[in-house]
Amino acid sequence: MIVIKNLTKIYTAPGQEIRALDNVSLSVERGEIFGIIGLSGAGKSTLVRCINMLEKPTSGQIIVDGQDVTALSSRELRSARQKIGMIFQHFNLLSSRTVFDNVMFPLEIAGVPRREAVRRVQELLELVGLADKAKAYPGQLSGGQKQRVGIARALANGPKVLLSDEATSALDPQTTRSILGLLKDINRRLNLTILLITHDMSVIKEICDRVAVIDNSRIVEVGDVLEVFSNPRTPTSRNFINTVMNRDIPEELLHRSRPVEGNTTARLIRVTFVGESAGEPVISSMVQRYDVKANILYGNIDRIKGKPFGNLTLELLGEPALLEEALNYLRGLNLEIEVLNGD
Amino acid sequence: MIEPNTWFVDKLLLATWETLYMVLISTFFSYLFGLPLGVILVTTSDGHILENRGVNRVLGAVVNATRSIPFIIFLILLIPLTRLIVGTSIGTVASIVPLTLAAIPFVARLVETSLKEIDWGLIEAALSMGASAWQVICKVLIPEAKPSLILGVAITAISLVGYSAMAGIVGGGGLGTLAYYYGYQRYETPVMWATVIVLIILVQGIQMLGDTLAAKVINKRR
Ligand SMILES: Nc1ncnc2c1ncn2[C@@H]1O[C@H](COP(=O)(O)OP(=O)(O)O)[C@@H](O)[C@H]1O
Ligand SMILES: [Mg+2]
Repeated sequence: MIVIKNLTKIYTAPGQEIRALDNVSLSVERGEIFGIIGLSGAGKSTLVRCINMLEKPTSGQIIVDGQDVTALSSRELRSARQKIGMIFQHFNLLSSRTVFDNVMFPLEIAGVPRREAVRRVQELLELVGLADKAKAYPGQLSGGQKQRVGIARALANGPKVLLSDEATSALDPQTTRSILGLLKDINRRLNLTILLITHDMSVIKEICDRVAVIDNSRIVEVGDVLEVFSNPRTPTSRNFINTVMNRDIPEELLHRSRPVEGNTTARLIRVTFVGESAGEPVISSMVQRYDVKANILYGNIDRIKGKPFGNLTLELLGEPALLEEALNYLRGLNLEIEVLNGD
Repeated sequence: MIEPNTWFVDKLLLATWETLYMVLISTFFSYLFGLPLGVILVTTSDGHILENRGVNRVLGAVVNATRSIPFIIFLILLIPLTRLIVGTSIGTVASIVPLTLAAIPFVARLVETSLKEIDWGLIEAALSMGASAWQVICKVLIPEAKPSLILGVAITAISLVGYSAMAGIVGGGGLGTLAYYYGYQRYETPVMWATVIVLIILVQGIQMLGDTLAAKVINKRR
C-alpha cells in the first residue's frame, strides 16, 4: 500500500544541513497497522510528512496505492491527498467550526454535494461516538473527543491510508487506550491501512502488526511486533522495549553477591517467553529435573496481538555443571535465555 | 459665547454624520483593498502556502513607504488624484480618497498580524486534506482570525476618525471642518469642545462595538 524507496530528506537551515532521513526504504502492506518508533528528533514526523508531501523529499520515491506521490502536479497531489487521511498530536481542529463542520471540512474541499456530505458526516460522528457533540465547538471538548473528531475528519473522504503523527501523545493513558481501540476498530471494519508514528512503545504493543525502529534518520530494524519484542536486535529497540516491559534489572540485583557455599554458584538469568511456551510451567519442571534452586526476582507477562509474551528474571543456584545443563534445557524449549551475570 | 441653540445642534449633528460617513466608507474601501493585500503579504512570505519572495518584498516595501508618509502630506500629495477620481478635492466625498489610500497599507499590516497568529498546524491539516491555497485562505486563515480581524477593523475605524478630522481642516467636511471654522477661526471655544466630546464618544463607541463583536465570536467558540 505504501512503498518508500531510498527516501532521503535534508533540511537546509542557514549555515547547516540536517539530514532528517537517510536512505529510508520501507513497505507497508494493505490493511496493516504499521508503527514507526523512534526517539524525539529521529525523523519520524519527517517520514510521515513526506508520504503526503507536506515535506518534499530530497531524493527517493514514495508510492501510495500504486501512485508515485513524488511525481504529481500540484492539482494531482491535492486529489491524492484527499485519499490519505492524517491525524495529529495537537488535533489541529478549526476553532471557528463546530464538530459537525470540522468533519464537513474535507468534504467541502473535495467538493462533495452538500446533501451527501451531511449524511456522511452523520455516519462518521456515529462511528467515532460523537453524534451528540455535533453542535459543540472544539474548545468545548476533551482531548480524547478532539482526537475522535480528528479521526472522523481524516476518514471523511474514504482514504486508503491513515497517517498518524503522535496522535495519542497529548492524551492520558486511559484516553490513549480508547483512541487506539478506535483506530484498531476502524482498521478492521474499513480494512484501512494505518501508518502511525510514536515514541511510546506501549502504542506499538497495543495495536501494531509490524514495527520499524528509526534511529538517527535511519531505519535500524523492521519486523513483526512480537518478533521485535522477543528478539530485539539493536540497542535502540532494546531500550524501547525496556520502557514498556520493565526489563531493566535494578543495579543492586546485578551486583548482589550471594554467599555461595562449596561448589554452588549463582547465575542471574532472564527468560523471555513468546507465544504458547509462556503458559508452561517450565521453571518448576527445570527445578525438578536438575538439582538447582530458582529465585524469581522479577516477572512480567503481557499480551501482544493476543499472544502471551513476557519475561522472568531468575537467580539460579547450583553446581556449575548442573546450571549449564539446566540452561541448556531451557534453551532446548525454545526460550530466549540471557545470562546477566556470568562468572 | 453662543447659546447652544438648534442651529448649533443641527450643525453638530450634520458634521457628526459626515464624519461617520467618511469613516465608514473609507474603512470599507480600505478593507476591500487592504484585506487581500494583507493576505498576500502573509501567504507569499517564506515557507507559506504561496511563498514568493519577489512579490512579498516588493509589496512589503510599497506598504512601508506609504505608511512612512505623514497623513497631512499624503493629503496634499493626493489632491490631483482625488480631483481625477471624484471631480473635486473639497468636501466629504473627496476626503474618502486620501483616507482610504492612507488606510490600505495600515489595514494590510493589521491583517498580516492577525493571520500570522494562526497555528501553522491548522494550515497543514487543511493542506493534508488536499485544500488549495484559496481554500486555506477562505476556510482557515480568515475564519480562524475573525476575532482578531474584527478588532483590527475597530482600530482602523478609530484611526480614520482622527485622520478624517485632519482632512476636515483642509476642507474635508465633518467634525474637523466644524472645529476648525467655528472653534479655531471664530474663537467659538464651546464648538471646539463639543466636537472633541463627540469625537471621544465616537471613538469609545467604535471600540466598544469592536470589543463586543470580537468577544461574541470568541465566546461562541469557547
Ligand atoms: N522544517 C524543518 N527545518 C529544519 N529542520 C527540521 C525541520 N523539521 C524537522 N527538522 C529536523 O529534522 C530532524 C527530524 O525531525 P522530526 O522528523 O520532527 O523528528 P521526530 O518526529 O522523530 O521527533 C530533527 O533534527 C529536526 O530538528
Ligand atoms: Mg515528531
